[in-house]
Amino acid sequence: MSKKCNRLVDVGRRQFLRGSALAAAGAAASTVTSAPAQAAPANAQIDYPSGKLANIADLAVNAPMDIEYPDADSPGILIKLGEPVEGGVGPDGDIVAYSVLCPHKGWFMSYNSEDRTMNCPGHFSRFDVEAGGQQVWGHATQNLPQFTLRVDDAGDIYAEGCSDLIFGRPTNVLYGEE
Amino acid sequence: MAYKRQIDRLPIPPADAKVHNVTCHYCIVGCGYKAYTWPRNKQGTLTDNAFGIDLGEQQPADGTWLAPSMYNLVQQGGKDVHLAVVPDHDCVVNSGLGSIRGARMAENRPSRVTGTQQQRLTDPLMWRNGVWQPTSWDDALDLVARVTARVITEGSEDELVVSMFDHGGSAGGYENTWGTGKLYFESMKVKNCRIHNRPAYNSEVHSTRDMGVGELNYSYSDYEVTDTIFMIGANSLETQTNLFLNHMVPGLRNGARMIVVDPRRTVTVNAAEEVAGVENVLHLAINEGSDMALFNAILTHIVDNGWTDDDFIANSTFQNGEAVAMDSAHPAALGSLDMAMQACRTSLEEAAEVCGVPTDDIVKAAEWIAKPHDDGSRRKCVTCYEKGIIWGNDNYRTIGALVNVALATGNVGREGGGVCRLGGHQEGYYRPSDAHVGRPAEYVDQFLIRGLGGVHHIWACDHHKTTLNASEFKRVHKKRADLVKDAMDAAAGGTREQIVDAIVSAINAGGLFVVDVDIIHSQIGQNAHVILPAVESNEMNLTSMNGERRLRLSEKYMDGPGTAKPDCLIAAGMAQHMERVLREMGNDAYADQFKGYDWETEEDAFMDGFNKGNPEVTYERLRAMGNNGVQEPVIGFENGQLIGVERLYTDGKFDRHGRDDKRALFCAAGWRGWQAPGKAREKANHKFWINNVRANIFWQNQFLDQDSDFVQDRFPYPFIEMNPDDMAELGVNPGDLIEITNDNGATQGMVYPVTTAKRGHVAMVFGSPAGSQGNVINPGVNELVLPDYKHTWGDIRKLADATPQARAVSFKSKEYTA
Repeated sequence: MSKKCNRLVDVGRRQFLRGSALAAAGAAASTVTSAPAQAAPANAQIDYPSGKLANIADLAVNAPMDIEYPDADSPGILIKLGEPVEGGVGPDGDIVAYSVLCPHKGWFMSYNSEDRTMNCPGHFSRFDVEAGGQQVWGHATQNLPQFTLRVDDAGDIYAEGCSDLIFGRPTNVLYGEE
Repeated sequence: MAYKRQIDRLPIPPADAKVHNVTCHYCIVGCGYKAYTWPRNKQGTLTDNAFGIDLGEQQPADGTWLAPSMYNLVQQGGKDVHLAVVPDHDCVVNSGLGSIRGARMAENRPSRVTGTQQQRLTDPLMWRNGVWQPTSWDDALDLVARVTARVITEGSEDELVVSMFDHGGSAGGYENTWGTGKLYFESMKVKNCRIHNRPAYNSEVHSTRDMGVGELNYSYSDYEVTDTIFMIGANSLETQTNLFLNHMVPGLRNGARMIVVDPRRTVTVNAAEEVAGVENVLHLAINEGSDMALFNAILTHIVDNGWTDDDFIANSTFQNGEAVAMDSAHPAALGSLDMAMQACRTSLEEAAEVCGVPTDDIVKAAEWIAKPHDDGSRRKCVTCYEKGIIWGNDNYRTIGALVNVALATGNVGREGGGVCRLGGHQEGYYRPSDAHVGRPAEYVDQFLIRGLGGVHHIWACDHHKTTLNASEFKRVHKKRADLVKDAMDAAAGGTREQIVDAIVSAINAGGLFVVDVDIIHSQIGQNAHVILPAVESNEMNLTSMNGERRLRLSEKYMDGPGTAKPDCLIAAGMAQHMERVLREMGNDAYADQFKGYDWETEEDAFMDGFNKGNPEVTYERLRAMGNNGVQEPVIGFENGQLIGVERLYTDGKFDRHGRDDKRALFCAAGWRGWQAPGKAREKANHKFWINNVRANIFWQNQFLDQDSDFVQDRFPYPFIEMNPDDMAELGVNPGDLIEITNDNGATQGMVYPVTTAKRGHVAMVFGSPAGSQGNVINPGVNELVLPDYKHTWGDIRKLADATPQARAVSFKSKEYTA
């Protein structure tokens, strides 16, 4: 397990112990922008914020980076796998990002860099980050929410959507629609 | 690419949503859920909603969350309503946990709006002009009654073969077992019948009952206060998920140790190690089928070291040698501990040789089970077992040998004790006596294969996916059913009388008339001539009890699809048509036997059956008891509460065998190697042991999950776990399709590499629609017709490279690794 993810788990624990909607300090937090205020009537589809997560130059293979998307209460990881995967972005097609809240009961998961899985300490579920977040084994009734990524010409990586509902919220953009 | 739902928000249940008590209708554990329904055009808000929490905040771990799989749009009273089925935090069984099965209940409901479960049957179907055509209930039941009445009056009731569920939950439950039971065991005395998962009408656990010990005797809370959990042939994290997570894990955290007897390392072993530490978990990976030798050696070690509970043995068990002799109905003698020891005595070395595990580990197991604490106090041990030995070698003696250990150590009827099967479905059995069936019961699959019987009524069973010797069974069943189909086709356009005559002629020529009652058009249903659509739990009110005998009413919250009905009311309709037809035939006396089915609702069936034997128990009272229900037996009603029993046999009196002395019996469980015919020869002749296993993601034979994109995306074909070295030797890669063959037939699946698998062992998931493991299981059964599904050997060859679908799935280890 990477050091970063240990820290993430700790951050998460503090965050949840506090029961606060505010995020603990995180490198990516300041770069996440809120969605613009919704005009009525609402669009048929959720408008996701576009959040800059990192630059390609910041990423090393198999060294996950903590992110927060679509807002500071939704922790995730951004990871460069070194091999192209479906849904991967960047020049090597190998960069993916996922929620790290287990879609079973919302526990913070940790990254196993050996077999590249996210593992839930709550009830032992695990997800394959090389296979679109497919649940390898576990109790969740969906695969891991995967963030939709875009890379611009400067190599900046943005998150702009999500494949599945994130644990603990009725809408993925929790604060954008208030 | 992993299946994505592409759902990024869900409707919010409003504060005034209707709330219904729901017991999960899948596994034995019976987790509590709340079902919320509300009109299509209404919704709650982030701050004002049915959950009473601020949904505008990120919910914490273990908080309330409506996952997309817990939501659907269904019909209620003919109107579209939103449905949310959410785990109940206040239910003591699961405390808010949902499993990968139960938390998909809503999504597994039929919905014409969201398109889910469009495979559900909506109307009766009849074989006409070469296809199944929809028809009315009266028309379908008329044909069923006319053919059935002709065949059993021209021959006898022995010509009617019945396959029927005996369980709770799903389509079972007290209402439906009573409806079918009253029809076949009261109005008729059908003896050629079998149960959904085995080829005869018999107990899965005869020996523990004969010993006086009912198989569900503890409370789940016993796991939380015990010293040792002794699990055999079970993989509870997968198959009784929230029993493991919500009761066994707290027990392990409280300091319990765990022994798991299983030839295969499972996720249960892995998780127990994570919680308790590897030093507190003993995995005895014995040779397949050798459990009895292990239990006997453990018992011998306990007896020889004086770790027995002598007061319990003196006061609560039989003392005078043999009480029940071995005979055709009893595959072992039963009696005192001393008597049993003469057959059971097994040295550590003998057991180590048979089981393939070190003597030290057997000693350790015996110590963890029975060696008193340093202060001399008794060690508490919960013993739990399931299909590994129920569907294993020498069922009667093996389970007897295990119960011997619990009895010798006084671990029954005491807090932190119990010796229980873990169970598959919930229980929900209430039927008239089945004594006329006899013991041993008829081996019904063989009866049909021999060309006997003329009419086959099937209730929510799909033998094609789940029975043993399935290749032959399917071949013969189809051939016989086709004779009748051909006759019906030839009589096309004829009157009802002409059609019935044609069917009966075909039956007399070896044909089989097949009536299939089910919720979907099943594989065995392909052979049916009449198909009758049933509803499930929550499309009707249904009562069942879980593995600690916890009885709940799971409430109806939606309409069934089309004109589908509860099984009990289908049985009542059959009985009413039988009465009418028999009267028309001039057989008034016989017709009178089919009176007494004037039920309008499932509650009427409940009152006619279960309530007559348990007069305190009504729907209204069960509704008031909510998701915590009451633990059977119900012994009273006080202050608005049904009074139950937390744990059986606390008085040390054992009655399951019906003996007046109320003393438990020990089993003379002498080891005799492979008991069922053909097993030893098959093992000798084939390279691989084909273990028959379950996976948490599938409910039983996938009858609903075969229509779930989420599930089928994970395992598009049945997985066959295999050691990578065996894979290399066979030249197969992950996901490749392989074929398993032996003298019984062939089946196929998808290779899944597992480094902890032993060489020469593969583990195939049971009951898959895409590859029935039963195809390669030989017809061998024990003396009481209990199948040994678990012991099959075969050869393996590659069929094809992984399909694109198979290549896309993850083949990583299922074990949690932080």
